[in-house]
Amino acid sequence: MLPWLLAAVTLAAVVLTGPSLGRHLFEVFDDRPQPAWDRWLNPIEAALLRWIGDAGRSAESASGYLAPLLISNALFALPALALLLLQPHWLNPLGFGGLRWDLALHTTISFLTNIDQQHLIPEQSLGTLAQLGAMQFLMFVSAGTGLAVGFAVIRGFSGRPIGNFHRDLLHSLTRVLIPASLLLALFLLVCGVPMTLAPPLQITTLEGGRQLLPRGPIALFEAIKQLGENGGGFVSANSAHPYENPTLLTNLVSTWAMLIIPAATIDAFGRFVGNRRQSTLLLALVFGLLLIGAAVAMGAEQAGNPVLESWLSGGNLQGKELRFGAGLTGLWAAVTTGTMTGAVNGAIDAAMPLTILTTLFNLFLQVVVCGQGTGIAYLLVFVLLAVFLTGLMVGRTPEFLGRKVEKPQVVWASLILLIHPIFVLIPAALTLAGGSDLAGNSNPGSHGISQVVYEYASAAANNGSGLEGLGDGTPWWNLTTSVSLLGGRFLPIAALLALADGFRRKPALEPSPGTLRTDTGLFTGVTAVVLVILGALTFFPVLALGPIAEALTLAS
Amino acid sequence: MTIAAQLFRGLRLTLVLWLLTVVVITLPLLGLARLVAPDAATGSLLRSGDRVVGSRLIAQDFSSARYLQGRPAGAPNLAASNPELATRVAAAASRWQSAGVAQPAADLLLDSGSGVDPHISLEAARQQLPRLARERQLPLAELERLIPQHQEGPLGLQAIEPVVNVLTFNLALDQLASSSTTQSPPVPARR
Repeated sequence: MLPWLLAAVTLAAVVLTGPSLGRHLFEVFDDRPQPAWDRWLNPIEAALLRWIGDAGRSAESASGYLAPLLISNALFALPALALLLLQPHWLNPLGFGGLRWDLALHTTISFLTNIDQQHLIPEQSLGTLAQLGAMQFLMFVSAGTGLAVGFAVIRGFSGRPIGNFHRDLLHSLTRVLIPASLLLALFLLVCGVPMTLAPPLQITTLEGGRQLLPRGPIALFEAIKQLGENGGGFVSANSAHPYENPTLLTNLVSTWAMLIIPAATIDAFGRFVGNRRQSTLLLALVFGLLLIGAAVAMGAEQAGNPVLESWLSGGNLQGKELRFGAGLTGLWAAVTTGTMTGAVNGAIDAAMPLTILTTLFNLFLQVVVCGQGTGIAYLLVFVLLAVFLTGLMVGRTPEFLGRKVEKPQVVWASLILLIHPIFVLIPAALTLAGGSDLAGNSNPGSHGISQVVYEYASAAANNGSGLEGLGDGTPWWNLTTSVSLLGGRFLPIAALLALADGFRRKPALEPSPGTLRTDTGLFTGVTAVVLVILGALTFFPVLALGPIAEALTLAS
Repeated sequence: MTIAAQLFRGLRLTLVLWLLTVVVITLPLLGLARLVAPDAATGSLLRSGDRVVGSRLIAQDFSSARYLQGRPAGAPNLAASNPELATRVAAAASRWQSAGVAQPAADLLLDSGSGVDPHISLEAARQQLPRLARERQLPLAELERLIPQHQEGPLGLQAIEPVVNVLTFNLALDQLASSSTTQSPPVPARR
């Protein structure tokens, strides 16, 4: 009972705190006065923008927003890549050497794209300087880039000019991600997460063995990892490791932290379009999907593994930490894939098939409470398509937020939805065709199919978690997932900006009696159906071959 | 705007944001950490005299019968459907059975996620007490009294169920043994 209660409390805390942060986000990205913040930050931000050489004016077009985004993201990769390839001696207490080129490239790309897929064991390959100067740096700027894009798209949908990328990125850092991360880091620190530049400590255990305590500046790393929907661990075990997630309390707060910014972004959308009923219904929609997934995963984990019944009873504790238990590890799996965080507090590989089904479903849909910034944009794409389909069904001109939905919007929306299956299914098919040596499967049968599909789905969906038994540290995996990481990140961003900028240029219409209202329960229900059909049906065959087949095997 | 100008702006932006997110916010927090939680900040270390013997948060490997043993580690990614999982669990169960535990608790058979889960369940701890009492020639009641002292649980928001911290328990066990050898007659005389 306790896991269910704590899960309910955690999700209720998101619902209760979301609107306050939503208002803050609205004020930040709509340039409203924020007396308590402006006094300190305005002069600093203005000086920094001046020094960068940007007057902060809104871009004229989508490409005016996209170009600085692409250029700066390419440049962000440089210091990170250099640090990973070279790993100088400074702040590198264990003297790690540079990474192999394909691993360095994959790690840089995966952190730059806010995905944080890790094909390396950080505590055995990265010094403190690389953790801070490459990983932590990219976690902040990639989350900031995501938020900036999210609000640029929201501006477009609400008929406002699209904004200025440099300014948005700076503001998402100075007014959202940095203050929130500092607060969360302080909290985690008090709960036991290390924050030190002292080197990892080699100790002699009670039995005389050798053990390395992988301490470091973890608290801040952990905070931006959760809040920024990044998910890359300071250590390989990620949030299962007691230094990243030492107690039940930090586990619940970390679960909350994954959800809060996406939830607040949807709330802020409602404030932007002046219709909070609309955003509340969208929130209810994505939370409904999250609740279903969470209940399935928690239930499956608590029921345990029938294969092991002759030796033990109770929940499925394989690959899990006792302080979180089976149920809350299931909740985390649903939340981390729904929010595109990708942090894990237990091995998803060892989870029950229904939990893996939930996580894959979330990765395919990409909107179950949404990733950092870009998630709300995907949600709006699904809404556009729902508007279009319902318009066709009832024979009315499709309209959304006072603007007509016409051919260009539908074409862009369809393209955006097609990008995902292309970067998941094609490379997964190629890898599976190459046999299990190429794939590096650690588990046999249908679970092996899940391992491969999951890796690409996680890469293309901006997530980064994995079925980690997979031997993915090879050049094949590093290079092919890099394609999915880049394609799944920057192509949708470009298309979303183009869609939003085109939308804002359409003439605004007064609502007429013939307008189909989108802020009703019925329309939200239709959107849910569109989501499931368009988002998940494409992937149903691989779900059937992977987790569904595995579940049937276990049941028989 | 020319490409060169855009690149120049991007470089300056990169420099500013690198300094901001790597140096400017990390250093004050490191300083603050030493003030508000110096123990947690450096890894929640446990000392015996001035020697660091471990971290309260991190499990150690215990294979000796004289110590409370923790959760197995090494294969956290075995799928629920993988036949190796059942083989591994069966092997672990028979090891426990030959050590005198007929029905070992689930957490003694299944791998932890991190490989360094510091806890075991109360049941798993109690199952090992008779062995510890035998090996260490200590009365069972004395060992039972140790459990609540090393228990963490839902009330302190440390764990979802009452659990025992294996390392601090074992440290206490060693202290118990050393104090009993210095203060009381040799073990056989205590019966």
